Amino acid sequence: MSFSLRVNGRDHRVDVDDDTPLLWVLRDNLGLTGTKFGCGIAACGACTVHVDGVATRSCVTPAASVSGAEITTIEGLSADRSHKLQRAWIAEDVPQCGYCQSGMIMAAAALLAETPAPGDSEIDDAITNICRCGTYNRVRRAIKRAAEA
Amino acid sequence: MRNVMTVGRRQFLQTGAAAAGGLVIGFHLPAHRRGARAAAAEAVVNAWLRIAPDDTVTILVAHSEMGQGVYTSLPMIVAEELEADWSKVRAEMAPADPEYRNRMFGVQATGGSTSVRSSFDHLRQAGATAREMLRQAAAERWGVPVAECHASGGRVVHGPKGWQATYGALAEAAARLAPPAEVALKKPAQWTLIGKPTPRLDTPAKVDGSAVFGVDVKLDGLLVGTVMACPVFGGRLRTVDQAPALAVKGVRAVVPLDDAVVVVADGYWPALKGLRALAPEWDEGANAAMSSASIRAEFMAALDGPAAVAAAAGDDAALAGAAKQVEAVYEVPFLAHATMEPMNATAHVTADGVEIWAPTQGQGPIQFAVGAALGLEPGQVKVHTTFLGGGFGRRFETDFALQAVLAAKAVGAPVKLIWSREEDIRHDFYRPAAVARLRGGLDAGGRPVAWQARLVCPSIMTRALPDYVKDGIDPSSVEGAAEMPYRIANRRTEYAMKHTGVPVGFWRSVGNSQNAFFVESFLDEIAHAAGADPLDFRLRLLDEAPRHRAVLEAAAETAGWGSPPPPGRFRGLALHESFGSIVAEVVEISVGDGKALSVHKVACAVDCGVVVNPDTVVAQMESGIVYGLTAALFGEITLRDGRVEQGNFDGYEMLRLAQMPEIAVRIVDSGAAIGGIGEPSTPPIAPAVANAIFAATGERVRSLPLVRHGFAAA
Repeated sequence: MSFSLRVNGRDHRVDVDDDTPLLWVLRDNLGLTGTKFGCGIAACGACTVHVDGVATRSCVTPAASVSGAEITTIEGLSADRSHKLQRAWIAEDVPQCGYCQSGMIMAAAALLAETPAPGDSEIDDAITNICRCGTYNRVRRAIKRAAEA
Repeated sequence: MRNVMTVGRRQFLQTGAAAAGGLVIGFHLPAHRRGARAAAAEAVVNAWLRIAPDDTVTILVAHSEMGQGVYTSLPMIVAEELEADWSKVRAEMAPADPEYRNRMFGVQATGGSTSVRSSFDHLRQAGATAREMLRQAAAERWGVPVAECHASGGRVVHGPKGWQATYGALAEAAARLAPPAEVALKKPAQWTLIGKPTPRLDTPAKVDGSAVFGVDVKLDGLLVGTVMACPVFGGRLRTVDQAPALAVKGVRAVVPLDDAVVVVADGYWPALKGLRALAPEWDEGANAAMSSASIRAEFMAALDGPAAVAAAAGDDAALAGAAKQVEAVYEVPFLAHATMEPMNATAHVTADGVEIWAPTQGQGPIQFAVGAALGLEPGQVKVHTTFLGGGFGRRFETDFALQAVLAAKAVGAPVKLIWSREEDIRHDFYRPAAVARLRGGLDAGGRPVAWQARLVCPSIMTRALPDYVKDGIDPSSVEGAAEMPYRIANRRTEYAMKHTGVPVGFWRSVGNSQNAFFVESFLDEIAHAAGADPLDFRLRLLDEAPRHRAVLEAAAETAGWGSPPPPGRFRGLALHESFGSIVAEVVEISVGDGKALSVHKVACAVDCGVVVNPDTVVAQMESGIVYGLTAALFGEITLRDGRVEQGNFDGYEMLRLAQMPEIAVRIVDSGAAIGGIGEPSTPPIAPAVANAIFAATGERVRSLPLVRHGFAAA
């Protein structure tokens, strides 16, 4: 089916089967490869994007179901790595392999939008993404740094 | 292997120079960007660096960046000797070429925590050689003796006259000079970059989604495939009705392979839908009845069967003569790597050979495996290394690249083959399951006088690197058990190699991952039997191992071992040497209702000799601890009917941020030879936690994972 998708402030027309997850429309149809595939079952969070500002796991979200919503991916978080979380991530040198980091940052951005100064338990609850390199403590520090920025 | 690796430095350099900065490296670049590069007229000073007129220094990285920081630490080594301006340094993945071979392996590959230690000497040499050529070029330009030209901060300065020229201005002339035969390297006291915490060069690209991993490769006309191998290890594809997949919109082809079926489509989703629509008929082969229970029974039987002796000292009879004897059987399960980026590779078969873009730890192995499969010389297999979304040893293998090549060849178009997570978990080369029986003897004074270990597990090297297996001993199966730093006069370590149908491979820290659990847990058992403090007991046995002793003392001091933990908290510790580095870890835990296990703190001390980037050492200690802790808590691959029962993160659990301990890392400066850092912090964490559990509950955990004993991660 054909439908429109608004991603990072731009409208796109896509023609895919209606069960196609948003993740694969972003990656294969729109070429926005910053959003990653990790599990396909919403368990790891590598595919996290914002749908109307809400952190959403795009691997289980049919693209057709978010037609009309405002979708933001890591590429749309800022044009120049100037988002306070991106600056904090660089300051704390968070990433190792980096594969989960787009999803981590998007999950953190949704958290800060809702809770500008999160405590540890709020960070624990919001950041359920998997990182196999174990960057979790730096993720926590970077979120706190950004909250104070 | 040597014969086919003879494309020499000279030939490569000629190619490189002819391309004038247009070396096609790392990942696909659109043609217009390649042109832009050539127009920039970068000078190829040597195989390791190019310098552009704007003073940008591009340093080639021969090792795969999989999180361990080589994209920064290796350029730091070159830049130190080059006297580069670090702010002008860029890193770039090197192409697959014998020049970029791992000097410890002889082929281009990343593993064994070798990247920095195998590169340190020749990268310093490369930087120093280029520095001397730049000085010479300046001296010739100015008509002065080279001795009066000083290199510093990316420029050459003539002392007496105060003339200056940047490297960008000198590079073209320098690149035309013959490299000096000998160069003087800086002394450690003169280092200004090595040893200083340095921000990673790859961080910016990893916070905005622009870093290109294997799954992100883009090519004109690229199709996407996904694969299902026979669910039983060793099984073959008998037949498959292709029609259900071909009926899915977007599916282009079904490619049957010997042991798998690939569906190729316009994108991953139609490929996956097509694959799921298929019902392949498999010849399940000899392993169809295999189960975790059948494997365990074989391993247990091998505790009393024949074995090879890996190490022995003193007198075996000392055990029987000991005043007190302790015996225990330990076991660990198979483990999957579960890299965040599922296995994938992109292949394009051309008239001249094949091009592969892959997140790989094994550029050389891919060249040989694909070359052998297609009847090509390794040099005809061009490998472009992307960033790796984790490696941990899994990406040393070549299976995923070979599948991509066969699919691309079959459809006559470039194919990006991406495994589902289920395929990734079910078709790994697993950390071997293992069983061990340990026996210790104490004299009347509580001192250990005898130590015997019988290890039972499959051999990795028999498949992967058979030349390493000698007299029934696979060194990777006994590493970390055959050698111990502790002074015990009468020791014996035996190995019974037991193969199963389960593929096994290199999993972060390899044999150390299980052997440290066996050795350090059992050492705790005999310390308890001796009525001794676990720290004091170990320190007494380390009187001839000052580096180990210093590391253990540093970790204990950081953890405050000398003072009691807060109420309800308990500590455990472990010490282990691997990959040339020594790591000690002290954990602080609590166990609540329902065996809710909280790991609150880890104090880690490491002696890895020369440190290039201290912040990367800290990050790798943290990383290895989380990797090992995840496995200790949850990790277990089980088999039934020859199939892996787990398939995704819902059944193969991972540690999350909320369960993360505080980690304090202390680097012990010993001045020793350079050691690895990617793996050595993984082995001690499981025994440290198990020993803390004993301190907390009196329950001695002799098998992993901890969830099998009713513990829940809190």
